[in-house]
Amino acid sequence: MVAAIAVGIGAYMTIINVDYVMSSNPIPHRSDVLFHVEVDSWQPNKAYYEPDHPPEQVTYMDGIALLEAGKARRQVLSYKTGRVLEPQGEGERPFELESRSTSADFFAMFDTPFVYGGGWDKSADDNEEYVVVISKEINERLFGGENSVGQTLVMNGDPYRVSGVMDTWQPMPKFYDVNNGPFEEVEEVFLPLSVAIANEFGSYGNTSCWKAPEGGWEGRLASECIWLQFWVELHSENERQEYLAFLEAYVETQKAVGRFPRPTNNRLNNVMEWMEYQEVVAEDVGVLKGLSLLFLVVCLLNTIGLLLAKVTRQVGDISLRRALGASRRDVFSQYIVEAGVIGLAGGLLGVAMTWLGLQGIKSLYGELEFISRLVAMDWPVIFAAIVLAIIAALAAALYPTWKASGVHPASQLKAL
Amino acid sequence: MLSMQNISKVYRTDTVETHALREFSLNVDEGEFVSVTGPSGSGKTTFLNTAGLLEEFSSGTYELDGRDVSGLNDTERSRLRNEKIGFIFQSFNLIPELDVFDNVDVPLRYRGFDAAERKKRIDHVLDIVGLGSRNKHLPSQLSGGQQQRVAIARALAGAPRFLLADEPTGNLDSHMADSVMDLLSEINREGTTIIMVTHEPSLASRAHRNILVLDGQVGTSEPELHLAAQTA
Repeated sequence: MVAAIAVGIGAYMTIINVDYVMSSNPIPHRSDVLFHVEVDSWQPNKAYYEPDHPPEQVTYMDGIALLEAGKARRQVLSYKTGRVLEPQGEGERPFELESRSTSADFFAMFDTPFVYGGGWDKSADDNEEYVVVISKEINERLFGGENSVGQTLVMNGDPYRVSGVMDTWQPMPKFYDVNNGPFEEVEEVFLPLSVAIANEFGSYGNTSCWKAPEGGWEGRLASECIWLQFWVELHSENERQEYLAFLEAYVETQKAVGRFPRPTNNRLNNVMEWMEYQEVVAEDVGVLKGLSLLFLVVCLLNTIGLLLAKVTRQVGDISLRRALGASRRDVFSQYIVEAGVIGLAGGLLGVAMTWLGLQGIKSLYGELEFISRLVAMDWPVIFAAIVLAIIAALAAALYPTWKASGVHPASQLKAL
Repeated sequence: MLSMQNISKVYRTDTVETHALREFSLNVDEGEFVSVTGPSGSGKTTFLNTAGLLEEFSSGTYELDGRDVSGLNDTERSRLRNEKIGFIFQSFNLIPELDVFDNVDVPLRYRGFDAAERKKRIDHVLDIVGLGSRNKHLPSQLSGGQQQRVAIARALAGAPRFLLADEPTGNLDSHMADSVMDLLSEINREGTTIIMVTHEPSLASRAHRNILVLDGQVGTSEPELHLAAQTA
């Protein structure tokens, strides 16, 4: 019985764990005030994504216009890029870094934690200052983990002043850029968008165009290619409505100059709405959830059968106990408590099986970097597994226990 | 102490109606040792189950220790059974997975005594039956006679008003049977009321009074003639 419950719990909780990680709120204290902006700049003949979804990213023209309009409390325009960091120490080799080019509000909006210093301000954006926020790991590697604010590092031959060292931060999912992998690691270096644009730092993320851009970097900036992510911070429904009205007015101005051929289709999705919209939790996870739940039900039916067999085998014992003074309630309590203990044991073993299941997933897909984050077990999942096992065992025990408590005290005494 | 008046017990199925007890009347006073005999199917077991509150009766009155037991619900019957009656079965009916101490402990746990009180009672009754040094033994490690002694200890542990013994020596050889009967006689001499069902005339003769059950009723009190007819 313990094994039956454990196997069922193990299978179900393995999928639940993956689903839990995939569907968790990556920034619960701010998820309701952060909104992903979409405007439909796509081609006239076909939606970006059927039936009527606007593009998931914005063009540079639209992003910079919306950023400079400054109509929200805060706004951030960013894209993923790459740099080569050139350590200045003897014998140190240059290495490539995943970087994010972003406007200044990124750090305050997304409440990124810092070990030392912080982000840069708007004037650094406006003045194209060569400042950088680095990760704790890069700080450890270059500066021995010391406070490196004000220190200089060189990337692609250019010196950057460190304005802050970010503490460990891995939102799960990586909500601010799901287009480039919702479970990828956070970038190791952040630098001003204005510097990236001025120096033509290419995008390491997804780029989609419905018409070919004209040549060169300037052509890309002036094109209808979408490759940047734009988020705003709005604190009330009123502010949201006002921002939607602003977007509508902006789109109208763009239509007036021949852009935005599709019907107006502006969207503001908060973090969780955006995760759902982007189907961060893959559809097959939902299917697997259903299948694993069915498997758990089968295991519980098996447990019911085993408990019924046990009660049948113990009819004599029950009859004797009844004769010695046990009431129906006493018998019921005995078997329910026994079921609870079986559930607890099954839950503990089920946790071990869940861990094994997750390790199995990791071994199958280990080459995918983000898998280790998906298969990490944390305490809520462990607790849920044990509680579910106990509840399942008690539910399975209800009918057999009711049968046991109905055994007549005189029924089996002669047969013993 | 036990007073049954015109007790009837009818078993009904779809096609058959069986009158196991018919206007069965019996009074047992405190301190008596009563044997109950009769041919197979006469109603002895039904009487035992009714007296022991293991089964409800169809009609009549039954007063146990001055309390009318008709109309009691299952919980009340279970509590009364636990407090007032000690059972001794032919097949001992010890729980094989429990040692001697825990077997005797079973009815006490349902009474709600604390651990110290239960231990005191268990040690006392095991001393009475002469098995004080065997409390960690499993039933499989005991002889038949010893197992029956443990069962007697279990029946006595709750200080019941009377013991109901159903063929207590039926599975024992003559030597062990005598030993068990000596113990029961001693317990009775100490003041415990005993009602014993038996087929054995020699055992029945050790009781103060013999009741013959015939066709679900208390028959005439000529136990020697009827018992001689059975054994012929």
